[in-house]
Amino acid sequence: MRFVDEFREPELITKTADEIRRLADPQRLYRLMEVCGGHTHAIYRFGLKDILPENIELIHGPGCPVCVLPMGRIDDGLSIANDPQVIFTAFGDMMRVPGTQGSPLEHMARGMDVRIVYSPTDALKLARKNPDRHVMFFAIGFETTAPSTALTLMRAKAEGIPNFSVFSNHVTIIPAIRAILDSPDMRLDAFIGPGHVSTVIGCRPYEWIAKDAGKPIVVSGFEPLDMLQAIVMILRQLNAREARVENQYKRVVPWEGNRSALKAMGEVFQLRPYFEWRGMGFISQSALRLRDGYAEWDSEQRFHIPGVRVTDPKAAQCGEVLKGVLQPHQCKLFGRECTPEHPVGALMVSSEGSCAAYFNYEHRKTASMSLLSPTA
Amino acid sequence: MAHGAGGKASRRLIEGLFVPLLCPASSEPLGDAAHLEINGTRIAVTTDSFVVKPLTFPGGSIGELAVNGTVNDLAVSGAKAEVLLCTYVLEAGLNTAILEAEIRAMARAAGKAGVAIVGGDTKVVEHGKADGMYITTTGVGSPLPGVQLAVESVRPGDKVLLSGPIGNHGITILLARGELDLEAELSSDTRSVLPLVEVLARDVGPGIRWMRDPTRGGTATSLNELARDCGLGIVLYGDKVPVCGVVRGACELLGLDPLHIANEGQFLAVVAPEYADVAVNALRQTPGGEEAQIIGEVREQPAGAVLETTPYGGSRIVDMLVGDPLPRIC
Repeated sequence: MRFVDEFREPELITKTADEIRRLADPQRLYRLMEVCGGHTHAIYRFGLKDILPENIELIHGPGCPVCVLPMGRIDDGLSIANDPQVIFTAFGDMMRVPGTQGSPLEHMARGMDVRIVYSPTDALKLARKNPDRHVMFFAIGFETTAPSTALTLMRAKAEGIPNFSVFSNHVTIIPAIRAILDSPDMRLDAFIGPGHVSTVIGCRPYEWIAKDAGKPIVVSGFEPLDMLQAIVMILRQLNAREARVENQYKRVVPWEGNRSALKAMGEVFQLRPYFEWRGMGFISQSALRLRDGYAEWDSEQRFHIPGVRVTDPKAAQCGEVLKGVLQPHQCKLFGRECTPEHPVGALMVSSEGSCAAYFNYEHRKTASMSLLSPTA
Repeated sequence: MAHGAGGKASRRLIEGLFVPLLCPASSEPLGDAAHLEINGTRIAVTTDSFVVKPLTFPGGSIGELAVNGTVNDLAVSGAKAEVLLCTYVLEAGLNTAILEAEIRAMARAAGKAGVAIVGGDTKVVEHGKADGMYITTTGVGSPLPGVQLAVESVRPGDKVLLSGPIGNHGITILLARGELDLEAELSSDTRSVLPLVEVLARDVGPGIRWMRDPTRGGTATSLNELARDCGLGIVLYGDKVPVCGVVRGACELLGLDPLHIANEGQFLAVVAPEYADVAVNALRQTPGGEEAQIIGEVREQPAGAVLETTPYGGSRIVDMLVGDPLPRIC
């Protein structure tokens, strides 16, 4: 498969891993954060930790747009759909995320009209097909998915579709990275930069991380060779005491970003003054809401939402795992009260969540695994 | 809904509720069919329900699934299906042309599989229920000579075989639902695997320890059930698992794992190591078995779990899903 097989080529991977071993100073501990949940999953899915030297520590960042939503926002979205006239639509990933009264899937089992859509335009199609119902799209994602939500809203407005609205939970990546760097618990050497967010925002928004915070950041793809190459690039910078923004994912990420996507976002969205992030408190200018010109299609304007703040259960350490302070298995609830079957927090069920990645791919591996020889 | 998906939730429902109340005396691990002795005659019996949307799809329809599925459950339990009973739950208002097409499909599939349909039942429910139709088939078969399947006989060093490429059926259904803007040249793999099982029985016989057809929940679920039941570890050679290009492409795009996708025409077999090459070659020389592969082996660790290895030395656990596989966001 093009663009996949080349980046999973075993010999090249082994060669790159050897290069990493050569570059990593054995006297030093390298602490690298991969911001994006997709990278966390790739690391575990491809067993990359097995081939990296012990002194390279990969710390999982908060780049999971579902995981960072406080439970209260899930409740808010579901409360809108309590009205039998409303059809609740969302990406599949949202379906198992727990609110205080259960996940969307559990609400569906209790009779709520909940449907999985694969893009916001599917939700709009549903609205056109069901003029007597109201279709609400629970929008999530960083800047990666915000443009398609924006384009859908522009279409809804252009066609004057009266029975469609978006409940926007889009968040932006830069404030999340800033919050990590401002956090006193964090001591990081460099960042593996988000892949797909960068296709929209480009690489410029990361320049302050290198210039002001003095940390290298390399935007990386999601295949094993992408991530290993990004680590090589980071190590070269660290060894030379440099701090720059570099783009490893050149085949997909343009340095300047996607102008039309950014334009669509600017047309439809504005930054909220502040927004609550799970485990990180209120962060200013970190989330998107619809502009006044789109009020008719804004679920928050059309419906009354409770807006109740719900704190995580006391024992849950979602916030610390999100910030990378704790590894998933270090949370007291991991694998006990909190599993993919009965999750306490979204990190255990989201396809970008680090707890899910660790639970599904890693936690039953024992030390003997790393001694397994490759296939004969 | 998760309880019907074949993964962890399904298993908990069966083990936690059905088995203790319905068959408390049984201490056997759960298999695809029950082998019994009635007045000195050994028979195998199994039953299965078929619920699929849409009713027809590239490569088959619900009727064929209903015949092949039950024939296959008997086959992988080490038995040849002799007769089937079919019950239909039909939705009022179902187009008779559709019903007739399914009955014809079942007759064809039964003829092909060499099994006779000897009876059944029909019920009609209100419009809005049954998604058109639900079919249940019950099969009775005779045990294949020389085959003695017992999960307790699985031991470290045994090899895991797969009869052919995985994921074709589940992805075909996903695309046929039309919810995704994806089109591809792909068909369901629904077929009777009995001919291939009979070849194994003939050439390997007592060297076959365990078999299963990886339907709902996919290959990952079947192998996890095996690991749990034998208390050993299954190590999969990631690059040896056969997956066709279209299925790979669809899975990459949607963030799905082919190991979790349903199949309707493949089976897994654990064989003693000295028979592994004979087994895979025998399958490859049989029509329909050309892509058979040795995909892994049994080891002490990770006990009770399945591990997939890569050629470059990485590995990851392959777990059972909780419910249905869900496509990713970004």
